[in-house]
Amino acid sequence: MENTVSILRQIPLNNYILLSTLLFCIGVIGVLSRRNAIIILMCVELMLNAVNLLLAAFSAYNSDPAGQVFVFFIMAVAAAEVAVGLAILMMVFRNTGTVDINALNKLKG
Amino acid sequence: MNEIVQFMLPELGLTVLLFVLLFVRIVGKLELAGQVCQLMNIALPILALCMWFMPAPEGAQFGGMMISSKLIVTEKLLLLVGTWIISLFSSPWLRGHRHPAEFYMLMLSTLMGIFFLLSSGDFLLFFLALELSAIPLAALCNFDLEKHVSGESAMKMIFSSALSSGILLFGISLLYGATGTLSFVQIPALLDGSPLQIMAFVMIFTGFAFKLSIVPFHFWTADVYEGAPVPVTAFLSVISKGSMAFVFVSALYTVFRPLSEIWYIAITLLAVISMTVGNLFAIRQQNLKRFLAFSSIAQVGYLLIGISGSSIDGMSSVVYFVLVYVFSNLAAFAVITLVSSATSRETIDGLKGFHASNPLLAWVLALALFSLAGIPPTAGFFGKFFLLTAGAAKWNSPVLIVAALNMVVSLYYYLRVVKAMFMDSSDDTMIRLTPNVSVQFALLLCTAGILLLGFYSPAYEWIRSLSFGI
Repeated sequence: MENTVSILRQIPLNNYILLSTLLFCIGVIGVLSRRNAIIILMCVELMLNAVNLLLAAFSAYNSDPAGQVFVFFIMAVAAAEVAVGLAILMMVFRNTGTVDINALNKLKG
Repeated sequence: MNEIVQFMLPELGLTVLLFVLLFVRIVGKLELAGQVCQLMNIALPILALCMWFMPAPEGAQFGGMMISSKLIVTEKLLLLVGTWIISLFSSPWLRGHRHPAEFYMLMLSTLMGIFFLLSSGDFLLFFLALELSAIPLAALCNFDLEKHVSGESAMKMIFSSALSSGILLFGISLLYGATGTLSFVQIPALLDGSPLQIMAFVMIFTGFAFKLSIVPFHFWTADVYEGAPVPVTAFLSVISKGSMAFVFVSALYTVFRPLSEIWYIAITLLAVISMTVGNLFAIRQQNLKRFLAFSSIAQVGYLLIGISGSSIDGMSSVVYFVLVYVFSNLAAFAVITLVSSATSRETIDGLKGFHASNPLLAWVLALALFSLAGIPPTAGFFGKFFLLTAGAAKWNSPVLIVAALNMVVSLYYYLRVVKAMFMDSSDDTMIRLTPNVSVQFALLLCTAGILLLGFYSPAYEWIRSLSFGI
């Protein structure tokens, strides 16, 4: 564990922040601009994993295990979220025959 | 051990109910709809009574992860009573449905998430509870499995909640990096307004704004409300929204108190935009659920004015407003559920001539709309009055003037529904609706709440006395 932490600390903290902010932005842009529901779910995963990376890096730099524990919980919750998302997508696919979110246009006003 | 049981009584009670439902679902037949509804209609008030007579002791448990106070117990009790009312008036709709037990399972697990959310004293529990209160809700939106709009609304719900919790989580991780802790108690002392902390706060604030559907993060609200089945819409707009308001207020007043100069500006600006946009869009709606969605966006705008005031008045006026909002909005949703499940009409024009065929129901809906619009002597007037009084503490008169003007605008569209019911006549007259006993009881409860809270002033004083020392 000590060895891992020292390896993590070889890279400056700012680089971690920049990288995860970049990943997070890619995820947000993907959620907002892609039309395929499955790709949107993948982009949500990307957002959450950017957060995981950031938490792990901060945790190593602060020498505090709370952040790394948080990462595990985020992974579990992300899996649950995607499971429900895919189940809903299955129902939409049965009703419309497509996973393109442009088909979701019945509600307007 | 006994102390922890009493501390977690609401959550444990809901867990027991969930297991009972699972058991019923496994051994029971599909035709148990009526029994499941009756069971829950009796079990939920019993749980509420237990919470009332054995309130959780004040303090923290599990190393500061869970906190409890009298105010938190009151908030939980209020949301539980709201869920009970929804359960009462959704029973006729559920009886025609194939999966009543699943409806209650999803609703109660959402409620459990909300309870944990209100009690959370640490960002770890906060995040888990937030997700527990969001994920089952998306499944609940898709409850009319064969309907396209229901699936569409669930899809929009899960995407918006995933996006908002992602943003919120990024804010939490930045805050963790800037302060080195996740505990609500330790964070305020470590906040000094450094750029990283400001960015973290903006992210967390945005996440909350999504959940509360504050303009400009409101675009999912109307679609989700319209597509979901009516009782689910009621749950979304009253219980889920109310709980987020509670959590938002206590987060701003406790965790982010050192940054109050920053959030004060943001909140007053968003309040003005939310009220105006919500009201202007509500004017042109025809669908009743869409109309109530935009009206709820406007109500959140008023709520923000209350939050911008000083802490005790702000906190107590927000709790009081949500208390009033629960009764008035649920009364409206109860009548709409009845109409929609009997005639599948959900538009304002569909209510034409409603008074001629169902005078009593028309009066209940009119009373609910008067309360939402804030006409005295209904409780809604006092809810808004206290919010504006709390906001006036900072002498921020332009915002208060905009709020007062907005309330006048909102009168127009609330009264438009009343006019359709009482004055317009329609070619195809509405059939006479016969609500069963549980629906009648729900309507009676809501009406009593609207009228009594308007006349009984100690209610506000009592909430105010609980809000000291937050």
